[in-house]
Amino acid sequence: MGPSILSLIYLIGSVTFILGLKMLSKPDTARKGNLIAAAGMFLAIFGTIFLYKSDGQYLHNYSWIFAGLLIGTIVGVLAAKKVKMTAMPEMVSMFNGMGGACAALISVVEFNHLVTLDPDIFLKLIPPVEKLHGVLQSVLEGDKNRLVNDMVSNMLGDARGQLLIILLGMIIGAVSFAGSVIAWGKLNGSIRDFSFKGQHVVNLLVMAAILVGAVVLMVSTGTKLEAMVAAPADTPVSWTTIHLIFYTILLLSIVYGVLFVLPIGGADMPVVISLLNSFTGVAAACGGFLYNNPVMLTGGILVGSAGTILTILMCKAMNRSLKNVLIGSFGGGQAAAAAGKEQGNYKEISMTDAAVVLAYANKVMIVPGYGLAVAQAQHACHELEKLLGEKGAEVKYAIHPVAGRMPGHMNVLLAEADVPYEKLLEMEEANAELATTDVVLVLGANDVVNPAAKNDPASPIYGMPILEVELARLVIVNKRSMKPGYAGIENELFFQPKTSMLFGDAKQVLQQLLTEIKQV
Amino acid sequence: MDNILSFLHQHIELIYIIILSVFLGVEVISRVPAVLHTPLMSGANAIHGVVIIGAIIVMGKAEQDNYLALILGFLAVILGTINVVGGFVVTDRMLEMFKGKKKQ
Repeated sequence: MGPSILSLIYLIGSVTFILGLKMLSKPDTARKGNLIAAAGMFLAIFGTIFLYKSDGQYLHNYSWIFAGLLIGTIVGVLAAKKVKMTAMPEMVSMFNGMGGACAALISVVEFNHLVTLDPDIFLKLIPPVEKLHGVLQSVLEGDKNRLVNDMVSNMLGDARGQLLIILLGMIIGAVSFAGSVIAWGKLNGSIRDFSFKGQHVVNLLVMAAILVGAVVLMVSTGTKLEAMVAAPADTPVSWTTIHLIFYTILLLSIVYGVLFVLPIGGADMPVVISLLNSFTGVAAACGGFLYNNPVMLTGGILVGSAGTILTILMCKAMNRSLKNVLIGSFGGGQAAAAAGKEQGNYKEISMTDAAVVLAYANKVMIVPGYGLAVAQAQHACHELEKLLGEKGAEVKYAIHPVAGRMPGHMNVLLAEADVPYEKLLEMEEANAELATTDVVLVLGANDVVNPAAKNDPASPIYGMPILEVELARLVIVNKRSMKPGYAGIENELFFQPKTSMLFGDAKQVLQQLLTEIKQV
Repeated sequence: MDNILSFLHQHIELIYIIILSVFLGVEVISRVPAVLHTPLMSGANAIHGVVIIGAIIVMGKAEQDNYLALILGFLAVILGTINVVGGFVVTDRMLEMFKGKKKQ
């Protein structure tokens, strides 16, 4: 009874995951979709705890399991509730890393379980076969040895297959864990971009070492098991070398995860997090294969494939190829060279002048970008928008689909600061209104307002849809310096006659503007 | 090689599930608006936390004196729970903001 109810629960779980993902991809049903998937997960977890049977026995160690669940729930809820909206991407990355670590740990335990197999297990299996043989002798023409050999070869095959899955889960999980931790550190600013000459060669070497290690491990474990079965008494049971190889592979996987993410630029990080997310999905699916568990399998693979598509969609929204994001980090020199060629003269605007211009404008469009997110200036921005509104101006926000640190991130940030939803214009709407706008205030956005995407076929961002801010009468650009954005290319907008630069941290600049405008 | 093939043969149903799920995953989210990329990623992140079931099985099968399995399993249960619970809660928080603003 128990096991059949459990299969039904797993079936329901799988369906809720599919339904949940489907609903999450539409704005009106997204929240419900998330809850449905969560309900399915709850069911699958508690079903497993109480109904799962292994070798005819229910699970034990309940106190450990519930203690773990309790600690994890408290930490998870606290972290999720306390995190600031601006820190959302790194939180997602951290959670993903935990999942990866979980998958890798399972693999480590199952590996130990597999290779500390008592050799007697094989011997114990043989006598029943012998008995069986006796019973079947009259029926069967085949000889005893063949029967035993078939049996042993089946077990060996199973052991090898399991080892392969364990290795896959461990490698993918460890890479995902290490990569996610580095991504988390980079997004919250505690780890800097780091690359060295020949880094991609080192990466390839590490990856090759992991693959070679895996093959060696598979072969030597197989040989060992065979020898043990052939002559159980003569084989000293020493698994030291095999353990050593296994843990070296684990270590190398962690190193690979670190090296893989370290050189990738801050603004490409969402793509990498999304990719690591699908890695963890695949690692979870390996667990599903190992335990013959359909809900783990479908959940993991769904996230693996949906995550891969999501990663590609994100790249498309930024007009970058996945290959470019992953390898582009090694070509930093090229981008810098291209940046040098299009220098011109830009003019600065003083705080007071900017305040006057804004205070007397009838229609103002704010273009929030990465700089605003980094400075956490969304509240100051909302203040400014309210103040200008009180002075009689029409103020709206132009949101580029990839503004901020992640696609859709800017909407969340501004929503957090209580900016009314109807003031947020999507790209097409904003472009239609820009021609009638008096002043555009660009807050730390670079590539999403770069006219090169329209005019310069040689530009790396050529073809990316942009906010056409140059249609407005006056453009004020707030940046911290003249450094180009993540695409590494100069923005000719900054050198146009109608553009003025206002340097400084977005939050401070906005606060100063607020005081100045109040005095106008 | 024969061993691997027979292993695949024994698990052929799982392999069918994997392949169908790959296509399903692609189909399910093939047209998602950019605004939802972050919440969707976060929601998917919570779903792959299903790996916690593996952690529970590891923990629940461990012998009382197998300290390595107990400790690693315990750690895996904690990490997996954080992934699942944190993931769903954070996604809900993000989506709640979208919804609240729309009503106004």
